[in-house]
Amino acid sequence: MPSLPDMTTPNLTALAGQALADSGHVAVPAPDAGQPEFVEFLQRMGDNALILGHRVSEWCGHAPALEEDIALANQALDLIGQCQLWLGLAAEVEGKGRDADALAYLRDAGAFRNLLLVELPNGDFGVTLMRQFLFDAFHIELLRALKASADSRVADIAAKAEKEVAYHLERSADLVIRLGDGSEESRARMQAALTKLWSYTGEMFVDDAVDGAMSDAGIAPLPSSLKPAWDRTVAAVLDEATLAAPAEAWQHGVKTPGGKKGVHTEHLGYILAEMQFLQRAYPGARW
Amino acid sequence: MYAQLVKSEGSKSREDMTPEEIAFQDRIDRNEKIEPKEWMPEGYRKTLIRQIGQHAHSEIVGQLPEGNWITRAPTLERKAILLAKVQDEAGHGLYLYCAAETLGVSRDELLEKLHSGNMKYSSIFNYPTLTWADMGAVGWLVDGAAIMNQVPLQRTSYGPYSRAMIRICKEESFHQRQGYDIMMKMCAGTPEQKAMAQDALNRFWYPALMMFGPSDKDSVHSAQSMAWKIKMNTNDELRQKFVDQTVPQAEYLGLTVPDPDLKWNEEKGGYDFSEPDWSEFFAVIAGNGPCNAERLGARVKAWEDGAWFRDGLMAHAAKAGERARTARHAAE
Repeated sequence: MPSLPDMTTPNLTALAGQALADSGHVAVPAPDAGQPEFVEFLQRMGDNALILGHRVSEWCGHAPALEEDIALANQALDLIGQCQLWLGLAAEVEGKGRDADALAYLRDAGAFRNLLLVELPNGDFGVTLMRQFLFDAFHIELLRALKASADSRVADIAAKAEKEVAYHLERSADLVIRLGDGSEESRARMQAALTKLWSYTGEMFVDDAVDGAMSDAGIAPLPSSLKPAWDRTVAAVLDEATLAAPAEAWQHGVKTPGGKKGVHTEHLGYILAEMQFLQRAYPGARW
Repeated sequence: MYAQLVKSEGSKSREDMTPEEIAFQDRIDRNEKIEPKEWMPEGYRKTLIRQIGQHAHSEIVGQLPEGNWITRAPTLERKAILLAKVQDEAGHGLYLYCAAETLGVSRDELLEKLHSGNMKYSSIFNYPTLTWADMGAVGWLVDGAAIMNQVPLQRTSYGPYSRAMIRICKEESFHQRQGYDIMMKMCAGTPEQKAMAQDALNRFWYPALMMFGPSDKDSVHSAQSMAWKIKMNTNDELRQKFVDQTVPQAEYLGLTVPDPDLKWNEEKGGYDFSEPDWSEFFAVIAGNGPCNAERLGARVKAWEDGAWFRDGLMAHAAKAGERARTARHAAE
């Protein structure tokens, strides 16, 4: 795969001009058109934030303590905010006149690029917390690496998101430890959650052609490069929580296509049916 | 107005008061704030616990009708705004439970009374939110009615309650504006959106008027609460103010207030309007509103399902404390 042109070089103008000529109408700015891998990568970032934010927001008003209601709403808000930035940039780079809302509300499941882990149902509060922790520990490493992205827009979004996610990880790790090393029941629930979710962690570190192109262009790290740091964080927290990851587990989306390729669990369709209802029922209405 | 029908304890004439009670009433009359560790009549304390507790319960139950639309919000921005708003409600609940704790009642005790049906929350949250326009109507009308009551409560006599109200009012006025903003967008939108907005007003108008509680002539507990400056205005005063403020806002939207008898009364400088159906109000308070079972059920389920989580954290804290003690002994 040839390396992608650097976003900041002057040939942007030429690319944009070409895209405009191709698109046949002049109203749509298309500075980054012709770079499907970059769009794909940005959708992965945005979709992870959108779908996890959706799941977390489902707890609103139903959490086990008032402080948790507040914290979860905050986390969902952070994620929806990040999603707006990533999908907004995806739409801009794509240059087809779509915006973040069009991407969130008018794509079908097969066009979503989020990891399977984030679309899994909330389960009990233990599953929700463990899912959050396993993702946060990955998310933080990804964002740290993206702060050095060759694309300054990516680096800027990552710098903002990293501050939020550092707090998400601090919180989820702390609760995993307390509940793992808590009562008999809380430990059993956290262990069950870990065992259930472990099969969805492998997909985070799979490198594919899109990742290769992003890495070659200096835009994003290879996901596999994030694994050692994730392993260290997870091992330290699980150890303190007195929990054990399954030694052997089938990993969904590693040898078979997963969410990054648009092959999802049955759950995503229901999320979208709910999330997209108004946009689908009243096409073109403004809200 | 998130506290309705709050039963007030004992009403005494000045001649029947003890010297302590007279001194207390004089402080209130001088607009001094009463602080947690200061002496207060038992009736004042109990009435405040009821009122603040009911208000706190209303905030947390009030998350549910709006939480109902978070996952279906029509744009990312609307979703973020609604999330932030519902999060604010939870925060208000937290301030208020903390204010109640200063009166010697724990949050868990208050929640137990909510769950067992021994304490109420505002009747308004027992109505369903059926369309997206209801997110507009709830912000505009329900938060608007709440503000009518809460702005004067910033001057209430009990210090912690007054300070909680000051913070809450700042956020509530944003909530009302975001609700009105949704209504403006809907009313300027497609015919279907405008119809949704009108339908939301039709359904929420009278329940919003009920939020102020029964008419003054039927409101038996007001006098003592007003003397203590726990309640600052009568129900009818606030309701009138709300109608006078809201009718022009409805006109601006091009919506019709669902009251054929609504008309401007030049002489009193306010609108004449129809009373809500008070039999409906009492039915909802008694548990027979459209969503009473769902709302309370959701709160009880959240509490019960979360027991292991809270117990787990307590168990960890106990273990960590034990380990710290052992380490200290070993070091000595």
